[in-house]
Amino acid sequence: MGNQQSPVKGKSGKKALKIPRKRWTRDDTELFLLSVPTLVWYLLFTYLPMFGVIIAFKVYKLAPGGHGFLYNLLHSEWAGINNFKYFFTSNSFTMLLRNTILYNIAFIIISASVAVGGALMLSSMRNKRGSKVYQTMMFLPYFMSWVVVSYFVYALLTPERGYLNGIITALGGEKIMWYQEPKYWPFILVFLNTWKGMGYGMVIYLASITGIDPSLYEAAVMDGATKAQQARHITIPSIKPVFVMMLILDCGKIFNSDFGLFYQVTGGIPQSLYTTTSTFDTYIYNAIQSTAPIGQTAAANFFQAICSCATILFANWVVSKIDNENRII
Amino acid sequence: MEKKMKNNHASLNQIKTSTNVLFNAVFLILAVMCVFPLLFVFSISISSEESLRMNGYQIIPPQLSSAAYQFLWNERMMILRAVFMSVSVTVLGTILAVILTTSMGYVVSRRTYKLKTLYTWIVFIPMVFNGGMLASYVVVNNILNLRNTIWALILPLACSSFSVTICRTFFRTTVPDSIVESAKIDGADQFCIWSRIVLPISKPVMATIGMFAAFGYWNDWFQASLYIQDKNLQTLQSLLNNIQKNIEYIANNPYGGLSLQQYKSSMPTESVRMAIAIVIIVPIACTYPFFQKYFISGLTIGSVKE
Repeated sequence: MGNQQSPVKGKSGKKALKIPRKRWTRDDTELFLLSVPTLVWYLLFTYLPMFGVIIAFKVYKLAPGGHGFLYNLLHSEWAGINNFKYFFTSNSFTMLLRNTILYNIAFIIISASVAVGGALMLSSMRNKRGSKVYQTMMFLPYFMSWVVVSYFVYALLTPERGYLNGIITALGGEKIMWYQEPKYWPFILVFLNTWKGMGYGMVIYLASITGIDPSLYEAAVMDGATKAQQARHITIPSIKPVFVMMLILDCGKIFNSDFGLFYQVTGGIPQSLYTTTSTFDTYIYNAIQSTAPIGQTAAANFFQAICSCATILFANWVVSKIDNENRII
Repeated sequence: MEKKMKNNHASLNQIKTSTNVLFNAVFLILAVMCVFPLLFVFSISISSEESLRMNGYQIIPPQLSSAAYQFLWNERMMILRAVFMSVSVTVLGTILAVILTTSMGYVVSRRTYKLKTLYTWIVFIPMVFNGGMLASYVVVNNILNLRNTIWALILPLACSSFSVTICRTFFRTTVPDSIVESAKIDGADQFCIWSRIVLPISKPVMATIGMFAAFGYWNDWFQASLYIQDKNLQTLQSLLNNIQKNIEYIANNPYGGLSLQQYKSSMPTESVRMAIAIVIIVPIACTYPFFQKYFISGLTIGSVKE
């Protein structure tokens, strides 16, 4: 996105040479008309929700007379920061913050290492056909919804008939009530997240590894570099831009969570797992489904949106300080 | 001959055989781990209810039974309706997504467009800041009143800044300005250029966008869980998601003269769930290997900076 601010270059012929600001042409009208449907979509589904954040500052009440939502919202009283106060001082807040951030940090570190490691291994494998087959097989979980995955997990973990408990009892152990034991879930969730994203991550890095100029490796072989040295001094520096970009994008999502993972896989977050597996998204979803005051839910929502925005800008700023080439904004 | 030379040359720079075997073993385990659940669920779906009750879930079913699939067949009206909904949402949504995304991508890719800078920001801002789950819910549900319509499933997912950026980068790098200019001299308007010239030479990116959209729609259960309460509008995913409710619903509306009790006890609950999961996965599992390359190309185009 670096050069978007640059003035229009003399692309459109003689006219652009002298006149600094291009006149509105018929071409522009046509392009504008072509973009109208998508613009409308953007307004309705991304920009309108951004203004929805004002709900967080209101005490939403139904005005008498059966008016629409907007009417009610505009005629509701301002709440100031009361909704935020309520959310920040509630028992859930620190728990949600801790869960969301810690899970995400674990996800980022583990997924990135698995993806980079896997891509390095795949790229150095001798049998290219085999490597293709592995890639395809590992890509499968990426295409499944969490609802479907939750059925696999259920088949493995359900206490009475589950496969794992079957093995445990066959070995003479005690049955484990998986869905009631919070201590296992951080591991289960991290494992599943890695499992589902593994193929995708490896394939992205693999694509950028195959794009590296082979002559670099040839030169390295001439100089007597070992395979490991080649990986360290050629492959890893070459995939750094992609790595940094993925990292920034992941950091931008640190206050968001993969809702399906937390909600579906746990079976709708039972009470026993509430404090271990709740995140901002599951909290907001449950609040939407319940009768909780909408203003307080909106405060949680607003907090999450602002934090996401701040973290992505911050991550980008840090990267731009360290290595200006790799920033994405 | 040439190939052999190439092999010899490459073998200079290969990993040791032992390392190669080790890597193969690692990936074999990982790959099996990724495919195993599918086979496991399938084997549950063909196990008889009795053996499930006796032995729990087994990888190799001790007693085969097609009861689950027979049950689905008997309830084919419900299943087919859900299949029909899933297919319509996927098809309509994918078409809409390709149109919205490529038109915007094309407009943003035009360097001479007067509003280019503004548009770049319009596309960029949602990548960084979004209203969040609740605000989107309020917009779809309360302001646009799309609750319990098929549009609530289609419209919110129809476009994304990520895919617009992929399109823009693709058009910038592969559609030569000279083609567009010469079409303009021939009197074509921009809509004509987009639909008759740019799109036909941009099939790879259309395939990428279309695939992303299609898998997104097919796999979506979240929009459905928020906006769809009407039983007639359930997609396969939401059917599976609400399976407990649905099985009770079927049990309370038995077909063909069975009493409620008989019907409930004859119903292969556990294997039916897994059978529906199989109905969802099989189309994906059969198609994704063919479209994988479009995903990869899309992801790599998307990660090219300008």
